[in-house]
Amino acid sequence: MQWKNSPVQFGHISVLMHWLVAFAFYAMFALGLWMVGLGYYDGWYHRAPELHKSIGACVFAVMVFRLAWRFISPPPSPLKSYSTATRVGSWLAHVVLFVGLFTILISGYLISTAEGQPISVFGWFDIPATLFGLNQQADIAGVIHLWVAWGIVIVSVLHGLAALKHHFIDRDITLTRMLGQRRSD
Amino acid sequence: MFKKTTLGLTLASLLLAAGSATAANYKIDKEGQHAFIEFRIKHLGYSWLYGSFNDFDGGFTFDEKDPSADKVKVTINTTSVFTNHAERDKHLRSAEFLNVTKHPQASFTSTSVTKEGDGLAVTGDFTLNGVTKPLTLQAKLVGQGEDPWGGYRAGFEAAGNIKLKDYGITTDLGPASQEVELIISVEGVREK
Repeated sequence: MQWKNSPVQFGHISVLMHWLVAFAFYAMFALGLWMVGLGYYDGWYHRAPELHKSIGACVFAVMVFRLAWRFISPPPSPLKSYSTATRVGSWLAHVVLFVGLFTILISGYLISTAEGQPISVFGWFDIPATLFGLNQQADIAGVIHLWVAWGIVIVSVLHGLAALKHHFIDRDITLTRMLGQRRSD
Repeated sequence: MFKKTTLGLTLASLLLAAGSATAANYKIDKEGQHAFIEFRIKHLGYSWLYGSFNDFDGGFTFDEKDPSADKVKVTINTTSVFTNHAERDKHLRSAEFLNVTKHPQASFTSTSVTKEGDGLAVTGDFTLNGVTKPLTLQAKLVGQGEDPWGGYRAGFEAAGNIKLKDYGITTDLGPASQEVELIISVEGVREK
C-alpha cells in the first residue's frame, strides 16, 4: 500500500481526502440550499442545519489535515508534458479551491456563532464561539458563505473539466493518478 | 452632520411641542438604557418567545391633565432585532421576515391619545416592513418624579398586538403564531 505521496504518485491518503472533500462539498452545497428553504413545521427544519454544521466541522478537520499533509508528504510533481500555462492555471485553481474551502468553513462557523452560541458536532462535543458580536456578523458571513460556495462550484467544475480534457484529449494520467495510478514517464 | 442632527432634533421637538403649550417633552432615556422595545410571539402555541430591538430612539410629550394632547414618536432600527440566537436573528432580518436591507426602519407615531380606565389608549401609525397601519397601544404610567441628578422623569409601558400578515410578513409560523405582541417600556427624561 502506498499511503504517502511520492514524486511519481499520489498516495492513498491524498487520493482519499481529495475525493472525500469533493463529495462532501457537493453534498453540503445541496444540503445547504435545501435546508434554508424548509418550512418551520418540516421535520428536517432543525436536523438539516445540525447535520450541515456537524459535517462542516468534520470537513474543516480534514482540510486542516490536508493542508498539513501537503507539507508532510508533498504531492507529486506536475507531468513533464504540461505547458507553462497549464502549470500556472492548475496552481492557481488549487490555491483558489483551498482558500475558497477554508473561507466557506470559517464563514459558516461565523454565522452560527455570531451571538456567542457554540456549534454542536453531532452532539459529541461543542465548538465554542471565538469571534462574535461584530456588526451584522451573521448576515455578512452568510453572504460570503453562499457566494464563495457558488465560486467553488464554478472553479471545481472547471478543474474537473480540465482533468477530463487531460484524460480524453491529451490522453495523460492527470485524472487516473488522482485514482492512485503511478506515472511511468 | 452635527448640524443636520441638531436641526432634526429641533424640528422633532417643535413637532412634539406643537400639541400643547403646557405638555412637557420627554426624551427616551437611551443613554442610560432605561428603555426597551420588546416583542413576544407564541412558539408552537406552547411557550412565549421574547425578543427585542436594541437600537431605537424617540420621545413623547406628557400632560397629566390633558392626555389628549400627548404625542409619542419612536423610530426603530430593525437590523437590531435580537432574540439571543444568531441563526434565528439572521432569519428574522432576512426578506422572509423583517427585510431589513429594504426596510431598515420601523416607527410608531401617535395620532390620538385618550384616557381609558387608569391608563391611556395611544393610537398611531405603525410602520413595519414598509407597511403603515393604525395600531392602538394600551399604555400605563409606571411612575414619575424627580431623579437624584437634577432631572425629571416619567416612565410608561405600552403594549399592542399586530398581525404579521398585516405587515406583509407572510412566512407561516403556525396557527398559534400569527400575532406578535409589541411592548414599549420606556423612561423619558423631561427636556428643559
